[in-house]
Amino acid sequence: MKILKIVIVLLFGSILIYCTLDFPPWGDPRAPASLHVSPRYIEHTMEETSVPNIVTAVLADYRGYDTMFETIVIFTAAIACIFLLRVLRRREPERLMYRHIPTGLTLRIERGFGPPPDSKDFERIDLMWVPYDLIIKTGSRLIVPCSQIFALYVIAHGHHSPGGGFQGGVILGASIILFAISTNLRSSFTRMSEKLAVLLCGLGVFIYAGTGALCIFLGSNYLDYSALSLVLGVDTVTARSHGILMVETGVGISVMAVMVLLYYNLASAGRHDEGL
Amino acid sequence: MNELISFVISKLNYWVYIALMMIGLYAMIAKNNLVKKIIGMNILQTAVILFFISIGAKTDATIPIIMHGHAGERHAVHAADFINPLPHVLMLTAIVVAVATLGVALALVIKLYQQYQTLEEDEILDQLRNE
Repeated sequence: MKILKIVIVLLFGSILIYCTLDFPPWGDPRAPASLHVSPRYIEHTMEETSVPNIVTAVLADYRGYDTMFETIVIFTAAIACIFLLRVLRRREPERLMYRHIPTGLTLRIERGFGPPPDSKDFERIDLMWVPYDLIIKTGSRLIVPCSQIFALYVIAHGHHSPGGGFQGGVILGASIILFAISTNLRSSFTRMSEKLAVLLCGLGVFIYAGTGALCIFLGSNYLDYSALSLVLGVDTVTARSHGILMVETGVGISVMAVMVLLYYNLASAGRHDEGL
Repeated sequence: MNELISFVISKLNYWVYIALMMIGLYAMIAKNNLVKKIIGMNILQTAVILFFISIGAKTDATIPIIMHGHAGERHAVHAADFINPLPHVLMLTAIVVAVATLGVALALVIKLYQQYQTLEEDEILDQLRNE
């Protein structure tokens, strides 16, 4: 049976390799993919949108519908993950694990007998034993704010350098996931609760779709940012650049919240009590 | 000999992606563990993404960010000087879809594990037949 599968894979691969004989060589400037629509984008993006980064301009302006529904796809993924996994009525475990911080002792305490919740000497740890990790906690404390500032730079500077909403949003989400990994899931809920993440997830899509709707109210087509010049007080070309920044911000917020929500639900199997 | 080398170099990128794609396809059809199947799907998606990115390459061209200066200083822009931005745009969104499908697939796998206490496909099928 295994032989059959290998034969299928090899057959399919050799057909594909045979097809590559008709493909243009690597880096050919006259390849068909580079001849039809992309020269139009490269030569006119600067005068039409005043955005030097062509990828950003095509992503958020020329192909604005595509990107909007892309944002809705990841929004749907987060919602699907919540519906599949989230356990709303969970049983509290019989025993809880605490660490006595001054001595480093690990205590297993029956439910109802734990230390006071505002105690500074005890911290709750997961049932699977978590080692005391000073180096990891301190290291992530240094890395998290730097990566967040870098993420904001990537979103805001996406017009002039490689970057944009998707990339910056992923870096923002990764910084929060790093915080959750280096401490535990409960302490990351104090910084970014599930409610806030769901709210931001919808808010990002709302900013994107709202920018498009605003263009309709200003008497233009959906997602035609040049109409924003009436509100922003700039010429139509610069208005398109600002419109791109607005939707990129929405994308960044949404992507960040989706990454965090996916992590929360996958790491704790939807119970949101213990996990990495 | 020289012709053969230049031919191999001009097609090598496609062959690498086909090799990656076949690794992913093999993992999807031959592996028994569901997580391995999902990782195979992810490898296949990565191969497609790399294939599209390589289509956009042009020799002697730079990244698709136009040089610009202050005070309206503009140069004429030639399409041959910049690599094709379209595959980059398409793959930027494809990466995000890959992450979304990976997340939903892993959520489904967690649900399956809670139901059947296993991730091996044949054991799940056995349990389904015996019900």
